[in-house]
Amino acid sequence: MNLTVDIRKSYDDFGLRVKFDSDSKRIGILGASGSGKSMTLKSIAGLITPDEGLISVGNTVLYDSNKKINVKTADRNVGYLFQDYALFPNMTVRENLESALHGATRRERRAVSGRTQAGSINGQAAGTGNNKAEKQGDRRLVNTYIKKFGLEEVADHRPGELSGGQQQRTALARMLICDPGLLLLDEPFSAVDTFMKEGMRLELIRILNEYNKQVILVSHDRDEIYQMCNYLVLMDKGRVIAHGKTDELFKHPGTEVAARLTGCKNISRIEKLTEHRIKALDWGGLELVTGEKVTDDVTHAGIRAHDFIPGEHGVNVIACGQAMISKMPFEWYVTLENGLWWKLGRNLDEEYKSSVVPQYISVEPDRIVLLKAGQKTG
Amino acid sequence: MDLYPLYNSIRIAGISTAVIFATGIAAAYYVVKLPRIIKGIIDCIFTLPLVLPPTVVGYLLLRLLGPKRVLGAWFFYVFGIRLTMNWWSAVFSTSVVIFPLMYRTARGAFESFDVTLAQAGETLGLGKPYIFFRIVMPYCKSGIIAGTVLAFARALGEYGATTMIAGYTPGRTATISTTVYQLWRTNNDGLAMRWVLINMAISAVVLLAINIFERKSGSK
Repeated sequence: MNLTVDIRKSYDDFGLRVKFDSDSKRIGILGASGSGKSMTLKSIAGLITPDEGLISVGNTVLYDSNKKINVKTADRNVGYLFQDYALFPNMTVRENLESALHGATRRERRAVSGRTQAGSINGQAAGTGNNKAEKQGDRRLVNTYIKKFGLEEVADHRPGELSGGQQQRTALARMLICDPGLLLLDEPFSAVDTFMKEGMRLELIRILNEYNKQVILVSHDRDEIYQMCNYLVLMDKGRVIAHGKTDELFKHPGTEVAARLTGCKNISRIEKLTEHRIKALDWGGLELVTGEKVTDDVTHAGIRAHDFIPGEHGVNVIACGQAMISKMPFEWYVTLENGLWWKLGRNLDEEYKSSVVPQYISVEPDRIVLLKAGQKTG
Repeated sequence: MDLYPLYNSIRIAGISTAVIFATGIAAAYYVVKLPRIIKGIIDCIFTLPLVLPPTVVGYLLLRLLGPKRVLGAWFFYVFGIRLTMNWWSAVFSTSVVIFPLMYRTARGAFESFDVTLAQAGETLGLGKPYIFFRIVMPYCKSGIIAGTVLAFARALGEYGATTMIAGYTPGRTATISTTVYQLWRTNNDGLAMRWVLINMAISAVVLLAINIFERKSGSK
């Protein structure tokens, strides 16, 4: 389904201006905290009303300031996974799921009776009606979800008694049981300990694949987005600075800010020497040959910290000089004398010896990313 | 010993607690959502009875409900009912005096409520009443119960405004507090002491109940 977001909202000290569209199944919004990414997600859910603009999913218009359409959150049929999961603390896991079915039933009844302003995103609510047979159907559905999400043992426990993983699975089950048309995930792992994160991420991917819904994931973690999303929206200071296929944007971020957001550690101002030759002002005036043609609006260049090769190869050979080395479990972090960052793999039992850092390292011309200045505002 | 004052006090406190339970919670719920400046002004007005001397509250109520005043005269003209000097007149005074207690504790509870829970409810399709009664109220339960009990205890002891608006008629408007005053005035020390002890016993039980309840909800 094609998702279109084109909204503006201004606050005293912050302006949100977001425009992108994509029919990708997995859309990621990446930005630093305060970039407006969560606000964008809340606008799509209807928890925040923009000043003007349009939000639509497929043929369903959720918000259109020109046509005065603003579908209520409860009628939008979006699934929203909150940062801390927002499980109802006074209800057991089972009751949390039941409350979601209650909501789905209500939404469907409102849609049938035409009280919904424009209708919800497609997707059939699971339980409807109020009679006994359907009540039983509801109970069966809740049990199915409890089993499917591995919550049998804690079904009658309150959220406060659950582990982080169980809380997330409860939140996912509660969200998915009413068959939402669009899933919005707001920093789903920000409350999770680092050592749990990887496993929970894989589990989330497995569940999302199984349900095959369109997903928008908001995060400040580029690994998370890269792993889960094939379409990427980069945000900075309330603006979309780039959007496109994730792979493409990581390869060609285009601007300095986008390069930083996608995790490019080395960025320098440059001076253009010839069409394929630059002088990096922040790396001690290092001269480099580029694969791409240097246009006049290129102001910066970037090199990813993993893209160096030890030794003297090709045209771009860099002297390491007096390098600073720090030891990470699986990597050496090397800061060259001219300020460049280099990361290279390491075994746990490998101790530092002078051969780790050679006298020279090289970088291929194609690995030099040419960048334009940070996006113009407005 | 005529137990009418006890019965009357409990009756008045019960009714006024019921009244301010609904109004105090409703007021708190809406005030929390107001923009800051308006919130400050309204909050001030709603809290005023807490700091005003009860006699001032009683005076203001008489200006409003007295037989020759706007509301009092209108009621008498239309329904033939006098709003003052009945046993239930005390409900007006106690309600006004205890309103801030309920309102402020409820407001504190609502302010500490995690709004993302309500937002989660909305995304799940739940309606406002469901969210309020099944999510917000249970979340704020302990604060609201504490406020209610405290308000009830205060209503039981209300004297100043009550004596101005309901007076003291034995067997009709007499409450524990007005009876104690009357007994003291007429030098009936023994009986006054008995009522004092009754009042203290009730208050102690109520406060004990709050403490036990708070410990229970705190240890959860």
